[in-house]
Amino acid sequence: MASANDYMVDVAGLRKQFHVRPERWGAKPRVVHAVSDISFKLRPGVTMGIVGESGCGKSTVARLLMGLVEADGGDVRLAGQRLGYEPAQLKAVRRKVQMVFQDSFASLNPRMTVEASLMFGPVVHGMPRAEARRNAHDLLARVGLEPARFAGRYPHEVSGGQRQRVNIARALALRPEVVIFDEAVSALDKSVEIQVLNLLQDLKAEFGLTYLFISHDLNVVQYISDQVLVMYLGKIVEIGPVQAVYEHPAHPYTRALLASMPSMDPRRRTVAPPIVGDPPSPIDPPSGCRFRTRCPHAAVPCAEAEPMLVRTHTQTHADGSHQAACHMLNAAPGSWQPLVPTPPVHTRTTPGAMA
Amino acid sequence: MNTTTAPLAATALPAIEASPSYWAGVRRRLLQDRVAVVCMVILALIVLGALLAPWIAPHDPAVGSVLKRLKPVGTPGHPLGTDELGRDMLTRLLFGGRTSLLMGIAPVATALLIGGTLGMVAGFLGGRVNAVIMRSVDVVFAFPSVLLAVAIAGALGAGIGNTLLALTIVLIPPLVRVTESATTQVRAIEFIDAARASGAGNAVIMRAHVLSNVIGPVLVYATSLLSVSIIMAAGLSFIGLGAKPPTAEWGLMLNTLRNALYSQPLVAALPGVLIFAVSLCFNLLADGLRNAMEVQ
Repeated sequence: MASANDYMVDVAGLRKQFHVRPERWGAKPRVVHAVSDISFKLRPGVTMGIVGESGCGKSTVARLLMGLVEADGGDVRLAGQRLGYEPAQLKAVRRKVQMVFQDSFASLNPRMTVEASLMFGPVVHGMPRAEARRNAHDLLARVGLEPARFAGRYPHEVSGGQRQRVNIARALALRPEVVIFDEAVSALDKSVEIQVLNLLQDLKAEFGLTYLFISHDLNVVQYISDQVLVMYLGKIVEIGPVQAVYEHPAHPYTRALLASMPSMDPRRRTVAPPIVGDPPSPIDPPSGCRFRTRCPHAAVPCAEAEPMLVRTHTQTHADGSHQAACHMLNAAPGSWQPLVPTPPVHTRTTPGAMA
Repeated sequence: MNTTTAPLAATALPAIEASPSYWAGVRRRLLQDRVAVVCMVILALIVLGALLAPWIAPHDPAVGSVLKRLKPVGTPGHPLGTDELGRDMLTRLLFGGRTSLLMGIAPVATALLIGGTLGMVAGFLGGRVNAVIMRSVDVVFAFPSVLLAVAIAGALGAGIGNTLLALTIVLIPPLVRVTESATTQVRAIEFIDAARASGAGNAVIMRAHVLSNVIGPVLVYATSLLSVSIIMAAGLSFIGLGAKPPTAEWGLMLNTLRNALYSQPLVAALPGVLIFAVSLCFNLLADGLRNAMEVQ
């Protein structure tokens, strides 16, 4: 077994709540449980995909890891460096971790040339300007943008795909060891998206990077990730190797997500909507299992206790790396009283495969 | 780590295909705006006349002859006539421009520096710092600006220095407001987060990323304040709180020539015409600047 220092990313018990200003004067301030007790570890060179509906806390996790938002609790170690919020600690961590944002335009200063944007980070960290400029040109070449043509341009003068390449180059400018992609390819055309994904694969090998890849696109996550983490209302519902999770989803939410995944295969057509309605508000999350309000298998214990992450019985990954948080995981079918009588959901891909 | 630090090519930098900067575009669009160009020409002539007054003025601004009081426009030797003490109007208008333009421009420049900085800090840091700065500004806002300027100038006593101070104090709050709201908008855009993620501190981010994005709208607003400042300076002088006689100043001249309004209306109106022209030009120039900046 590896020692603690062998992990590139080591997150333990990460929590973040946002306080919402009350609507009326004198009303009780409300609390958004954005991220509740997230823990995971990543070895160097691994790509972890994080999936979930919008508002489930994916982006907050990214911002917490970058130190852009201060965590309420928990412990984050990145490349052996503990994340702290003193300016010097933050600066040290930000050499190791960088982030690519979803909006390629908003994440570049409109008044800075591409070159200036790429030089900014290294210059802040004390690199001489001439060297930073050379570095910027190297990086442009590596992300497939000809330096002579693109260095002097402004963000509005390059296309969306090219802009996202600039953002990727900027993230690499500080030679980080971990790169977080927050929906980084979601806004791109499909044809450009695959180019950028392939570029990411190449860069990962070339620079020896560890990726955290946040996306709502399950196909993309399957394509690029080794591990996958499924979030629901600020909690991990399932985590494991991508193959295990996609082939043997253990949590009803994961199953529903996968069933809603668009596919080119006509035999994999969804018969009934896998889950209906919107996720409940993270301001007052449901008691016990947070998914129970939309879960077809919810029973009485689901409302009473929060399920823990436990290992699943996937044959291919019996080492315990595949885990899910569901009370029903090891329960015999019908052994518990259903919480709300809900007709079971049928999709042709998972015929009666209730755990 | 070895592979990651090896540069791809240590060769000489290739020529960069430079794209015209944002400000070059603003200048080009401004020069295409006919109204703005006319305003700039008029302002340039007036400023140039004021700057060169000691060399181009035909007479001494402080010396007049009682025998030549209130000559009409077009009198030989006095193309714009003479004032109530027989001093040459053209000379006094040129010299008056020095005082009036100084009293119009200097307070705006100082207020821009102070108010702009305060507004940027308040907008960028937010929270308690914002509350302290903005609420203090609100206190000053509670008084009508002209009244406040009169009160300050009155309390400090007449004189150009005190007028400058009074005008600066009055002009700071609106500039803080405008800069703060522009900064608050910019701060929410992701490139600020990206800069923070690069490891930059607040001061560096404000200088490198915020300033370049808020300076445009703030500059437009400051240009429009120039006309306000010139009118207020003239107003203070008119009621005896600004420049003191025999200093030539447009507002003061307007006051002393008031009695001649019926005998020599044209001569008496001249300082007012200049005040009007300068403030109108600054206003129209501000409009032109705003239009030139809007294109993205």
